[in-house]
Amino acid sequence: MRIEIPEFALVAMIGATSSGKTTFANKYFLPTEVLSSDFFRAMISDDENDQSVSSEAFDLLYYAANKRLGLMKTTVIDATNLQESARKQVIELAHEQNVHSVAIVLNLPESEILKRNAANPKKNYPERVIRKHCSDLRRSIKHLKREGFRFIYVLDSQEDIDNVEIVRTGLWNNRKDEHGPFDIIGDVHGCYDELVMLLEKSGYIRNEQGVFFHPDGRKAAFLGDLCDRGPKNTDVLRLVMDMTDAGNAIAVPGNHDIKLLKYLNGKKVQLTHGREKTIEQLEAEGSEFKERVRKFIDNMVSHYVLDDGKLVIAHAGINEKLIGRGSSRVRNFCLYGDITGEKDESGLPVRLNWAADYRGKATVIYGHVPRAEVQALNNTYCIDTGCVFGGKLTAFRYPERETVSVSALKQYYEPPVPLKENNEDIGDMLMLGDVGGKMYINTSLIPTIAVEENNSAAALEVMSRYAADPHWLIYLPPTMSPCKTSGLDGYLEHPLEAFEYYRSMGIQNVVCEKKHMGSRAVMVLCKTAESAKKNFGVTDGSRGIIYTRTGRHFFNDYGVEEQVLVRLDKVLTKSGFWNDFETDWVCLDTELMPWSEKAQELLSHQYAPVGRAGRNALSAAVEALETANMITVETSEVSPHTSGQNFSIPELLDRFSERKDALEKYVDAYREYCWKVNDVNDLKIAPFHILATKNNVFSDRSHTWHMETIKKYCTDIDPIFIATDYICVDVFDQSSIDRGVNRWLELTSSGGEGMVVKPEIFTSKHNNEIIQPAVKCRGREYLRIIYGPEYLMSENLKRLKRRSLTRKRSLALKEFALGMEALERFVRHEPLYRVHECVFGVLAFESEPVDPRL
Amino acid sequence: MLLTITMKGKNTQDLGYLLHKNPYRPQCFELNFGKAYVFYTEISDNRTTAALLLDINPIDLARGKQGSRDGGLFDYVNDRPYVASSFMSSAIAKVFSTAMSGKCTKRQELADTPLDLEAVVHMLPIRGEESLVYEIFEPLGYEVSTEKSVLDEKFPEWGESCYIDLTIKGRVRVCELLNHLYTLIPVMDKQKHYYISEDEIDKLIKHGEGWLNSHPAKNKIIRRYFDMRKSYANRLINRLPDDESASEELMSENEETTGNANDTNKKIPLNTLRLEAVKNAVLNSGAESVIDIGCGECKLTSMLLPEKQIKNITAADVCVRVLERAKERLNYDRMLPYRKNKLTLMQASLLYRDKRFRGFDAACVIEVIEHIDIQRIPALEKVLFEYAVPHTVILTTPNKEYNVNYAAMENGELRHTDHRFEWTREEFKIWCEQVCEKFGYSVEISNIGDVDEKYGSPTQMGVFTKCE
Repeated sequence: MRIEIPEFALVAMIGATSSGKTTFANKYFLPTEVLSSDFFRAMISDDENDQSVSSEAFDLLYYAANKRLGLMKTTVIDATNLQESARKQVIELAHEQNVHSVAIVLNLPESEILKRNAANPKKNYPERVIRKHCSDLRRSIKHLKREGFRFIYVLDSQEDIDNVEIVRTGLWNNRKDEHGPFDIIGDVHGCYDELVMLLEKSGYIRNEQGVFFHPDGRKAAFLGDLCDRGPKNTDVLRLVMDMTDAGNAIAVPGNHDIKLLKYLNGKKVQLTHGREKTIEQLEAEGSEFKERVRKFIDNMVSHYVLDDGKLVIAHAGINEKLIGRGSSRVRNFCLYGDITGEKDESGLPVRLNWAADYRGKATVIYGHVPRAEVQALNNTYCIDTGCVFGGKLTAFRYPERETVSVSALKQYYEPPVPLKENNEDIGDMLMLGDVGGKMYINTSLIPTIAVEENNSAAALEVMSRYAADPHWLIYLPPTMSPCKTSGLDGYLEHPLEAFEYYRSMGIQNVVCEKKHMGSRAVMVLCKTAESAKKNFGVTDGSRGIIYTRTGRHFFNDYGVEEQVLVRLDKVLTKSGFWNDFETDWVCLDTELMPWSEKAQELLSHQYAPVGRAGRNALSAAVEALETANMITVETSEVSPHTSGQNFSIPELLDRFSERKDALEKYVDAYREYCWKVNDVNDLKIAPFHILATKNNVFSDRSHTWHMETIKKYCTDIDPIFIATDYICVDVFDQSSIDRGVNRWLELTSSGGEGMVVKPEIFTSKHNNEIIQPAVKCRGREYLRIIYGPEYLMSENLKRLKRRSLTRKRSLALKEFALGMEALERFVRHEPLYRVHECVFGVLAFESEPVDPRL
Repeated sequence: MLLTITMKGKNTQDLGYLLHKNPYRPQCFELNFGKAYVFYTEISDNRTTAALLLDINPIDLARGKQGSRDGGLFDYVNDRPYVASSFMSSAIAKVFSTAMSGKCTKRQELADTPLDLEAVVHMLPIRGEESLVYEIFEPLGYEVSTEKSVLDEKFPEWGESCYIDLTIKGRVRVCELLNHLYTLIPVMDKQKHYYISEDEIDKLIKHGEGWLNSHPAKNKIIRRYFDMRKSYANRLINRLPDDESASEELMSENEETTGNANDTNKKIPLNTLRLEAVKNAVLNSGAESVIDIGCGECKLTSMLLPEKQIKNITAADVCVRVLERAKERLNYDRMLPYRKNKLTLMQASLLYRDKRFRGFDAACVIEVIEHIDIQRIPALEKVLFEYAVPHTVILTTPNKEYNVNYAAMENGELRHTDHRFEWTREEFKIWCEQVCEKFGYSVEISNIGDVDEKYGSPTQMGVFTKCE
């Protein structure tokens, strides 16, 4: 006997005890597909026959079944399932999970069961139990269809059972092996002329029979609602049926098509909503055509899953949970969308915005709700652009993800409400679940990055309390590790270690950029507020932002932010950047000076007070010691156990003088990075990466390119934008290395922060793994404000040299991978939640406790 | 870092006996956190000065002691090595312990006699107003003088530093001077380098013997001494014999009050009034399920929990640490099942729509909105009024106009450093109406706290009701 079951199904074994259900299930299904009640009884009670725990065992069994079906795994319920109440649970689960239910009944003669039962000492039920089982079974069989099983197979003998062949058939909606390319066409509604124009515009031509086909083998995919309201309904139906029959098109049904089917099936339908015209035209065509249409619509499947599951088409859309499943709920969703059953003020059905919640990987193309423009949200596209209402007919080209439209020749039907502009509220609100909890983020540089729950909890707080509008946050900069601790006397950091690092990673050329002592500032600028709206979904009229490394607005005063952005725009316009890069937005990584602009709080609460207290106290101490030094002292022997030991005033004086000197140098160091800012003119901004523009993330370019391009397009026009000094060093060439070291010494001897050493190419790899995108070598004097004014005193330096960089470096890599991924996703027009996930990850790692001085 | 003690008058070299430190033998002492040196900068018949100099290693502070496994508590860039702080107090107690006790075998009579003494405390951090130094030392019989210094002379616009060099002169016994310094240096600085345990109460009683209880600024001294540990301060005040100043409410100093500054005997904290008003609004709305978003330490939640009308309450905050404190406050882990089932605590954000926000009769958003950047408010509106859609939303926020009644606030200053904005009554009203219009709610705005005729009340509350 041939048993056909859908590739994804919920199968119930039905049969008396000892009828061989388990043997059958294990023979024809994967061991993991079979959930046996005996197994779950044993799991909780150690006894598979303990009927007293059945209820708990079934709880567990159905819990597991539900999880499996949630993942679209075929599941077999191996239990007697003799009572209607037991089977009801199967049917309910099948409905809940929108999966087809299958009943396989083992209907062996009672005598056979009695014989088997007697032979099994482990079971050996009383005879009356067996008889009851068998009579229950016999009575059940005829009810199975009514109970709701979609497929029912009854096996009446052991011979039948032994000769079964199980065939798993594909679901109707499964067209994963069709890869297109497709031209997906929205609601036609009888607009035949526009359809022909659109097909021709898309490159389709007619064959000898007048059937459209595409010379490159593209396929048209119709999203339903072919008829009603428009002028030439039967022409459209014929065109689509011809194309489908010829294998040049596929089509899913729309609600109007289903209504038409109802009519063709002889049911009564109201002659409204433009249906009257379709029916009139159909009747004129004659019965053969009518029957063709009836069959055509009747064979349509609610939705199609195409291209390895990457593309889904459905008339009114489909939510992630229903994709690839089959049930009347799936069908209704695909036909009508996520309707509440309520009506709004204008009498239209209230629709929930399922696309706002859509987080699936598959691209969903749908129509049904006409709008003025294609609406893209979270990888879903509504392409009903209201042709019949005087809008246009649109095709979505896949995999190109472009749209092609033809304007309506006229308005054929009065829209019930004017076609909505789509951008008033695109509903791309982030939700908890997009971020939060333990997260796994896939990036192109590091395949999977795990974010721990405590870190994401910290990031949620920072994001919520401080960060700017997430639409703007398309990147957060990674932390940067210092070079390895120097072995040279009197240095904590030295560029030789940075050169050595890259040499060990097989990198020959590095770029050494002067490290500006300012604050990191990411600048995003759009040419116009309109392009900000279009590209970033920012609707408050702003056209750019300057934000800190934690995603917070750099300036508390938005007026200042605006002034800086306006000046940047002038620079980029004047230098021809917008034109040369063919873009209407740009994201720059910059350093903004002075440091005191952002760090004033730190300066007045930490750095300056330490300088003040230290200088005053040490001056007073030195003075006291100098005075004391003039008094002749006794040197009497004291026992080493006495609490007050002798000491030498001159020695202590030396020590405190040295400390006093260290404090002076410390104050000089921080003063270097402070100046008073009266207005924007007092700022200095040094861009160092052109991160991204409209179609590009520039992580594949060399840092020399970044430096030179910035010099060319951003500097020498407005004095607040400055270039960054850099030199290239060949780390295999000693004289080149010497030049690098000398440059560092020049930069740092007068208090400069130091330099950043980067591999020539932005994202460089060693043994196929990414390496540090940059390491910093900070100046000797500068480090006083990091490690304390007195860090260079030899006793202190010796201790400070013991530091570990492992954790810092691992964070630097992960944050770098996430930052780049965020940019790439943004440039690929991925939904907000996909971009946000990455920057959220960067913030999460920033909460990881790591020595802040590194 | 440096303290000097000078004795003036006759035979001042006796200071050596009184301090138990030979003027001609400089001495060095090992302390837990570094070294202390005692030496004299002046020795003569009519004037002798002893110096106590601390050498604290900043790296020890940041990393813990060399060889020890404990991590440090301080930043590398830290004023602690240079200032007079609790480190100085500890050094005094260690180096001058006998002198502090008032014992002096060789010159007991002198130790019992008030002498002409002068102490200079270098770089004393005064956290708070400078007048405090006078308020605290003058009643003890000292002539006080202070020298201030700017934060950085190169940047005069940064203003003054919080450090002073303090000189106190008076006729006191040596042990008195030392006990005063020991106790009062940390009172000025407020920070302590060690964990404040209950022993500290006894310590303060011991070193404050004979002067603290009669000090007019007693409560202020105690409060600052314990700083964050208010409960210790209260316990100590209860242990000290009553006097007229003790009835002053300890906690109210830094809190917002109803604003009626003259009415000293009956100040109900504004927060209490606010929570009462919110609680009443919740109960009046008929709500049975409530979510308190931005619950903080769950003060409102704990007021609603015992209400029979409330069947379940969810307390949400964006800050995990705050939730943990709330759990402790509520004794969450030891709650009986009924109450525990009634309460849910969770981390959540008002800027991410959240399924868990749905299905509540009422949502309370108390003193939260002003902590959110103004550009993010539209997101909050959507999360709250469009996705969570509770039947009732109760929202409070400060009334900016009322701030003129807070004397300590500068013009235009906000009530909390984390406030991103504060709304006038008009601004709040406009916002409320706009929300109602957009999301189909109606609103009633009311006042919480004393009503100032011209400027309204300190807090404004909007109760939003979903239109059916």
